[in-house]
Amino acid sequence: MFDGYLLSVLVWLPIIGGIAVLFAPEKRVVRPLALVVSVLTFIFSLPLWTGFSPVGSAMQFVELAPWIETYKINYHLAVDGISMPLILLNTFTTVLIVIAGWEVIQKKPGHYMAAFLIMEGIINGVFAAQDAMLFYVFFEAMLIPMFIVIGIWGGDNRIYATIKFFLYTFFGSVFMLVSLLYMYWQGGSFAIADLHTLKLEMTPQILIFLSFLIAFGVKVPMWPVHTWLPDAHVQAPTGGSVVLAAIMLKIGGYGFLRFSLPMVPDAAQELAWLVIFMSLVAVVYIGFIALVQSDMKKLVAYSSIAHMGFVTLGFFVIYPIVAQQGVDDVNSALAIQGGMVQMVSHGFISGAMFLSIGVLYDRMHTREIEAYGGVVNRMPIFGAFFILFAMANTGLPGTSGFVGEFMVILASFKANFWIAFLAATTLIVGAAYTLWLVKRVILGDIANDNVAALKDLNRREFFMMAVLAIAVIILGLWPNPLTHIMSDSISHLIEQATTSKLLTP
Amino acid sequence: MSGYLLEIAPAYPEIFLLIATCVVLLIDLFIKDDHRILTYIITQISLLITAWLVFTGTDTTTVVTIFNDMFVADPMARVLKISMILITIAVFAYSRPYLKERKLFKGELFTLGMFALLGMMVMVSAKTILLVYLGLELLSLSLYAMVAFRRNDGIASEAAMKYFVLGAIASGMLLYGMSIIYGLSGSLNLDMIATNLAAQDSLMGNIGLLLGLSFILVGLGFKLGVVPFHMWIPDVYHGSPTAMTMFLGAAPKIAVFAMVIRLLVEGLGGMSDGWQQILVLLAALSLFVGNVIAIAQTNLKRMLAYSTISHMGFVAMGILAANEAGYAASMFYIITYAIISMGGFAVIIFLSSKKSEADDLSDLKGLGTRHPWIAFMMLLFLFSMAGIPPTVGFYAKLAVIEAVVGADLVWLAVFAVIMSVIGAYYYLRAIKIMYFEQSNKDIAPSYASLEFGALLSLNGLAVLALGLLPGGLMAICVNSIKAIL
Repeated sequence: MFDGYLLSVLVWLPIIGGIAVLFAPEKRVVRPLALVVSVLTFIFSLPLWTGFSPVGSAMQFVELAPWIETYKINYHLAVDGISMPLILLNTFTTVLIVIAGWEVIQKKPGHYMAAFLIMEGIINGVFAAQDAMLFYVFFEAMLIPMFIVIGIWGGDNRIYATIKFFLYTFFGSVFMLVSLLYMYWQGGSFAIADLHTLKLEMTPQILIFLSFLIAFGVKVPMWPVHTWLPDAHVQAPTGGSVVLAAIMLKIGGYGFLRFSLPMVPDAAQELAWLVIFMSLVAVVYIGFIALVQSDMKKLVAYSSIAHMGFVTLGFFVIYPIVAQQGVDDVNSALAIQGGMVQMVSHGFISGAMFLSIGVLYDRMHTREIEAYGGVVNRMPIFGAFFILFAMANTGLPGTSGFVGEFMVILASFKANFWIAFLAATTLIVGAAYTLWLVKRVILGDIANDNVAALKDLNRREFFMMAVLAIAVIILGLWPNPLTHIMSDSISHLIEQATTSKLLTP
Repeated sequence: MSGYLLEIAPAYPEIFLLIATCVVLLIDLFIKDDHRILTYIITQISLLITAWLVFTGTDTTTVVTIFNDMFVADPMARVLKISMILITIAVFAYSRPYLKERKLFKGELFTLGMFALLGMMVMVSAKTILLVYLGLELLSLSLYAMVAFRRNDGIASEAAMKYFVLGAIASGMLLYGMSIIYGLSGSLNLDMIATNLAAQDSLMGNIGLLLGLSFILVGLGFKLGVVPFHMWIPDVYHGSPTAMTMFLGAAPKIAVFAMVIRLLVEGLGGMSDGWQQILVLLAALSLFVGNVIAIAQTNLKRMLAYSTISHMGFVAMGILAANEAGYAASMFYIITYAIISMGGFAVIIFLSSKKSEADDLSDLKGLGTRHPWIAFMMLLFLFSMAGIPPTVGFYAKLAVIEAVVGADLVWLAVFAVIMSVIGAYYYLRAIKIMYFEQSNKDIAPSYASLEFGALLSLNGLAVLALGLLPGGLMAICVNSIKAIL
């Protein structure tokens, strides 16, 4: 069914469904309708996985139609092994978000659900777009629903947070627009595949690389442009935090793979040290910042930045690896695969962490760590889940958190001992802040009467937690299906990223 | 006789509009105040017929000149005229409830509006600098009177006075520049000017020509409202009755764009090196001043006035790229901007009550809860002005920036996008007030007539639809610019 239009369905079904939810005549039908739309979208995304051929790096599920002919901009959708898992992650997460907001959101539930469904469609578009301008349109359009979600359903300081979020990300992306237009004038096409082969001189390459770095670095977010994230996370409602952490940050990482590395490989090689440095700062310094947070959401937000540092480290450490070990060395593939696995795994873990905090917040209406203590005495099932996710967050072997970090650290050793060493400190710092959080919130004696009155998970919450727990463990024990799917695409990417396309004047 | 009639066929729309205006003027004398709606209906019907005459009388490729090459009907004029007429129709429809409440629903207003439209159409079709000037004066004089229409209101009179004085200075500058150009090129006809100038060598070394060009640019700068000739815009936008502001901010901008193309591109195209440099400065300053000062505004109309200044900076950017893509981009920009800005002012009209103008930012408070649909339309307009996809404002900016990058002015493109980010702030602030803040005032009932609501919805959805499928309008703009060059 829908052969040849599968990606369009994944983009437009949630958007149209979201509009339907928005105009639903009766309040009663809003939530079931949103659930049906999100589940349907998830089901339709499954053929992407089953029908995907992991052999070769060619784009699959291609759709191509002219859109703005004056500028040769096409409505061009397709996926490869890099973007396909991210689309699945998105459709999967949206189902959980609809479930998570089921009872919690009492203020305008229709608008809330609609915003997330529309956002789901737009983000699918970001991952599927094969035309740079189409990508940019989705990339920017995504800001509108998120702006509204944080602004309407957020915490006390939501307006500051949402405007900061919007302006930060908008500022980041406009430079990318100029770069894309520049490349259009050089090559006469906006097709991403054409931009991959476009030869450029070094100076434009460097400038284009920097503009991409701002755009995607803000999105990831990388140190030092990360400051919007803690604010946005703390103020956003649970669903907003989950989308931000689980999906939106991945768009930054995806952008590096789709744009920076293959489009301006020479500049990427030249400036890889900068990105590696910024990633290591994120991993080490932001890790320490997470340690001192008194707000649970902020702590997880900072830990997200640190974990995303691994992603960017994995993507750019390939240059020193290739420089020392040669192009054929498996470790560069290992590093990028590690980054990708880390993205997917962080999608599950951070989503789970924010949902867990949401569960506590719905009961106690505070995110201050001090207000909690001994939660496990009253909520044993929740406590078990929380500890599992916390362990995954620290990168315990057997959970998905371990796989990506391990692959990246292992590959980094081939580049430079100190890079690997600094990256590996996260195993200590990460463990410190996460376990300390667990100790203060979950374990110990019951801290106060509010905690004593807590009730354990209901069926809806149990379902969300269980699904995520299964995902975290499966990906941790058996990451092979995921790495298998992307391996050919990644080999192709490394070939592009390490082949010079310098235009000599 | 019939041969002559056939010969002047390309000017039928203007001739018809002139006759219709006179007819409306006369009929209105015999209509009692409570039947004033009749004037309105006749006006709208004549405008529709004018649009239809433009539509059927010309086609999308041919360029026809008549009256000894004074008057031209070409694809660009066709597109711009149809846009202007439709926008005028929409503005009249939007302002009806507003004018009625304020006892401004008078026949004179419609005749003035029609005369202004006639002036604009003449400007668009002018092929000699004299006709450009005539059209401009017809437009300006009508607009002065329209701004002053609420004559017992101090702010409105002040605005009209300022507008008149500054407008007159600008016209004088323009006329002076035109006379110098006429003297040095020996012709009033724009094509002849271009040919005669092409025969001269070292245009840029000719001080007289540069002087003439500078005066013309000052005049155009005033009419376009770019920095440093922007001073009148905030006061006039603020002081005029909102319905007049809406008219002022939409259709005349399109006509001024046509004037810029006629004078600079068709007439002085050979001096593009000269006007390009000046326009770069004007555009950059407009972007900066417009966007930065708008942040400090608490009055919605003034904020939109400064936002207009920055948008005109974008239009100037497209023109200064001095290539086909740039002109087409500016044309796309100005048409879509007129649509967006009309919508923005329509929401202000919607908010106003019988007694007071609701033109303060705080009047937007709680609109998201009170009137979710209207608020959503306003959201579309504001995001479109900020240039966020999938609204049409994004493609307008995209096309202009693309042209500028193509003209090797990457630094200007970077500057423009940074200014867009600054601009996004105050649009977002308006959205924030609308959606995230609650009103503490008693809300006066607004004029949510079915007609008004339908028009606003159409307006808003057009912004979205053109955003999802901008290709059609973009192609029309590109083709009509191609046809005239």
